[in-house]
Amino acid sequence: MAESDELVRLIGLQFEGRGHRALDGIDTVLPRKRVAILGPNGAGKSVLLRVMHGLLKPSAGVVAWAHVNTHAPRVAMVFQRPVLLRRSVEDNVIYALRQSARHRHEPAARLRDRAQLALAGVGLAHLSGRPGRVLSGGEQQRVALARAWSLEPDVLLLDEPTASLDPGATRAVEGIIHEIAASGVAIVLVTHHRGIAKRFAEHIVFMDRGRIAEESVAPQFFSAPASEPARAYLEGDLA
Amino acid sequence: MNWIGESLHGAVALATAGDARLWAIIFLSLQVSLTAVALAAVAGCLAGAAVAVGRFPGRRLAIVLLNAAMGLPPVVVGLVVYLLLSRAGPLGSMGLLFTPGAMVIAQFLLIAPIIAALSRQVIEDAWREYEEQLRSLGVSGLGAALTLIWDTRFSLVTVLLAGLGRAMAEVGAVMIVGGNIDGVTRVMTTAIALETSKGDLPLALALGLILLAIVLGLNGLAYAVREWSVRRYG
Repeated sequence: MAESDELVRLIGLQFEGRGHRALDGIDTVLPRKRVAILGPNGAGKSVLLRVMHGLLKPSAGVVAWAHVNTHAPRVAMVFQRPVLLRRSVEDNVIYALRQSARHRHEPAARLRDRAQLALAGVGLAHLSGRPGRVLSGGEQQRVALARAWSLEPDVLLLDEPTASLDPGATRAVEGIIHEIAASGVAIVLVTHHRGIAKRFAEHIVFMDRGRIAEESVAPQFFSAPASEPARAYLEGDLA
Repeated sequence: MNWIGESLHGAVALATAGDARLWAIIFLSLQVSLTAVALAAVAGCLAGAAVAVGRFPGRRLAIVLLNAAMGLPPVVVGLVVYLLLSRAGPLGSMGLLFTPGAMVIAQFLLIAPIIAALSRQVIEDAWREYEEQLRSLGVSGLGAALTLIWDTRFSLVTVLLAGLGRAMAEVGAVMIVGGNIDGVTRVMTTAIALETSKGDLPLALALGLILLAIVLGLNGLAYAVREWSVRRYG
């Protein structure tokens, strides 16, 4: 893989918590493509994402992000359950912008414009004055995506963003993820939803018991998985 | 039983007659307790948030001490403040003893731990929900503490009310450091104690009824604010 195609190098990653080894030697180079991490419950997918984002400190190993135009990439993350603050939808986005070294010194009007742009991108500009926490689960997840998108990240980590949504909200969120990816943001998506992974991902990482059991381009993974756990997972025998 | 009826009748008459002496006592009570609560709210909420969000050596001990300090005996606090503020004490030169200022200090020391301990619990519960999101956004410790105080503001109103209830009902500490001087440091609770001992039951009952009405009113207001906020902000 050419260096410019690299997104991140994960070198000897281990994570141990409460006597359980959630990551057991992750060694890979993720490409700057649409990446989906699949695997059964307890495989370590969400832990890997948190370690990559720096929310968890690995017991061993290194996460080395490839630079984007000579600067370290800006990484944002959206969680399975969106956490919005007790303020308006627009103020939730502005709050995130104010935490960013890149935007915190911008005038309030500029931040409002950025927030409106991001909210328009997820189809929620009309709800910008509503309190964030009274929105539906799907709308809250779209606000969380707008909040992350407004930060102009180079990389967006998504941890099961549709896991607790109904089919309609899932479709809406999936559409937004495609739009964000199309805008040039590299996305690493953890999901249980095979349909979404199939439609979205170019590159699949399949994890089982804290290790990478298989890694390949998406069409190959879905048509001819090489590992037994991946085959069992795709056939629905491994949940 | 007739004396109870007569006392109650006299109390209602006093409370509704706009008696200047009565209203001076009520005004001073509110002034002292609200000042103490305002100061304790700032110190207590910040301390509670720091313990809730911070990870430092001795944090568990700090939580135990905060919780234990909720049960500080008022007379002991009054005695300590008295010793500090008395002419021979380290703060005697400030001339605060037997003034409303001394009463504010005593009430502050009594309720700041209550507000700190209860707000620590409220904010820590919120921190469990918010932590990953705030850390993901790069929010610093102080920023997280202030964000959590703001986001739990409606729950913290109830915490402040607990502090206000304790301050307004307190008698031992303010009696020691205030001296219960008529027109200077006499508040509702010390007046009730004094008038009862003198046998002036109508005034004591009138003050008691007003004290109850204030506490009920404030609690009703806090409940309404909380209900409204849950509907409005989720």
